Amino acid sequence: MGIRATDITKRFGDFLALQDVSLVVPSGGLTALLGPSGGGKSTLLRIIAGLEYPDSGAVEIEGVHATWLPPRKRNVGFVFQHYAAFKHLSVYRNVAFGLEIRRRPKAEIKARVHELLELVHLENFADRLPSQLSGGQRQRMALARALAVQPEVLLLDEPFGALDAQVRKELRDWLRRLHDEVNVTTIFVTHDQEEALEVSDEIVVINHGRIEQVGSPTELYDNPANDFVMRFLGPVTSLGGRLIRPHDIEMLPGPAPDAIPATLTQLVRVGHEVRAELVAGESRPWVNLTRGQAEELQLSPDAAVWLRPHPRASTLPAPDRA
Amino acid sequence: MIRWTLRLIAVGYVLALVGLPVVTVCRSTFSHGWAPFAQALGNPDLLSAAELGVGVAAISVLVNTVFGVGIAILLVRYRFPGRRLLDAAIDLPVSISPVVVGVALILVYGRTGWFGGWLERHGIQIIFATPALVLATVIVALPLVVREVVPVLAEAGTDQDQAAQSLGANGLQRFARITLPTIRWALAYGVVLSLARSLGEFGAVRVVSGSVAGQSQTLTLFVNANYQEFGPEAEQAAFTAAFLLMLASVAFIVVIAWLRPKEHS
Repeated sequence: MGIRATDITKRFGDFLALQDVSLVVPSGGLTALLGPSGGGKSTLLRIIAGLEYPDSGAVEIEGVHATWLPPRKRNVGFVFQHYAAFKHLSVYRNVAFGLEIRRRPKAEIKARVHELLELVHLENFADRLPSQLSGGQRQRMALARALAVQPEVLLLDEPFGALDAQVRKELRDWLRRLHDEVNVTTIFVTHDQEEALEVSDEIVVINHGRIEQVGSPTELYDNPANDFVMRFLGPVTSLGGRLIRPHDIEMLPGPAPDAIPATLTQLVRVGHEVRAELVAGESRPWVNLTRGQAEELQLSPDAAVWLRPHPRASTLPAPDRA
Repeated sequence: MIRWTLRLIAVGYVLALVGLPVVTVCRSTFSHGWAPFAQALGNPDLLSAAELGVGVAAISVLVNTVFGVGIAILLVRYRFPGRRLLDAAIDLPVSISPVVVGVALILVYGRTGWFGGWLERHGIQIIFATPALVLATVIVALPLVVREVVPVLAEAGTDQDQAAQSLGANGLQRFARITLPTIRWALAYGVVLSLARSLGEFGAVRVVSGSVAGQSQTLTLFVNANYQEFGPEAEQAAFTAAFLLMLASVAFIVVIAWLRPKEHS
């Protein structure tokens, strides 16, 4: 059953944060709410958690009407971007917090906390204060704390947003493995399309308070519903009046059926890839090539080439401005 | 050279303003040795004044702690019409002379004041009695706890509170387990400041007390009353009480100095 949000609308003063948003998140999945900042994704997450209340609409969590329930009665675990660690409590007491509130027996709390600290690889840090941990460790502690009370739903608000790139990538892989182990229905908010594509089972693209598209990472990448989704999920260029991914363009040394003539203006090497910038009539497409392809074509500035979409490339009509 | 001159000026300034008076009070208190001091300590009026002064200060600090924390939470966590007015009003006691506070209290609760008639008919005396002393002291020390707690609360934000909410904690549990530990050092600092201010309050209390020895005299009023009387006995009593007040101040300064660094860790 999972989570069902129906016709959620939320305003902050004059700002319309969410507009008639409806969403079903299946049980046990790992779902990403993806979109630019200010698009409403965090607001939707906080409404599901009960940290905000919608102006209209309904929230159902595992079959329970939860729209007006306070957060503490929703059985939801929440992880904040800036960890929200209880600064005056040790790592152990942080993780034990929810269990202490529920007045579980001491022995049970101890066993459960140690089990969780092991799960998040912090078993040697039980007596530290949060201020003695790194950002990544703090966030893992926050995750253990949220999982301690065995929530039906785990909600993460930009969980890796405050971490540096390296730690971010590690934690991302780790979250995926953790989810496969614990299997709790999980929703996380991110504005990083790579993070969403790599980690999640399902992506919900949210922009301007509306859902643009819902689907698996492959579906969204290959069949974006509109140019916003296409642009947000990866690089986009235009060819012959259509939007296309730059790696979906074939570059040919001579004329061919359906191919458009173009002139090379610049070649830029970016690591193992080569970015070729061209002029084709009115438009200025760019093409992503591998180093091998670029060498094979023996490209030089001002070279004449022919461009056409790959046979299985997905394209969208380009909006007028492009 | 300049550094030494500056240091000398600073030390001299503090000595002249604080050191000399302190030394004078000490010398005058013990100018005839321990015996008159010990005798003055047995003065029933002084004991009663000390009791009343400490009692009034204790109640005021309690009231200001409870309401101070409440007002601080209100100011930091909630947005409501009139919030900025409340914020400004909290600081009013700092800028108004305590004497004005005392006069204002008489205008409200005195016999001819707004509530005077009603209070008299119901046999409740506020002015020239302990309630007025407490009221005056509460008002004068009002901002101290609030101003210490507000910045700490604001800096802590609401994330921890929301995390505790999602972990199942109700309002009382969140206050006891999250908010209170977060503000504890600031609160302790504010309480000590309030205690010092309350014990030393003179102006507002002077206006509303009537200063009847053994009845409505606090320590500061006792000092004033006895100093203005003639005779070596009264003088000794005044200096003894002043010495006690000073002793309390020194104790507070030590506690404050000890609390201060922890506040920032």
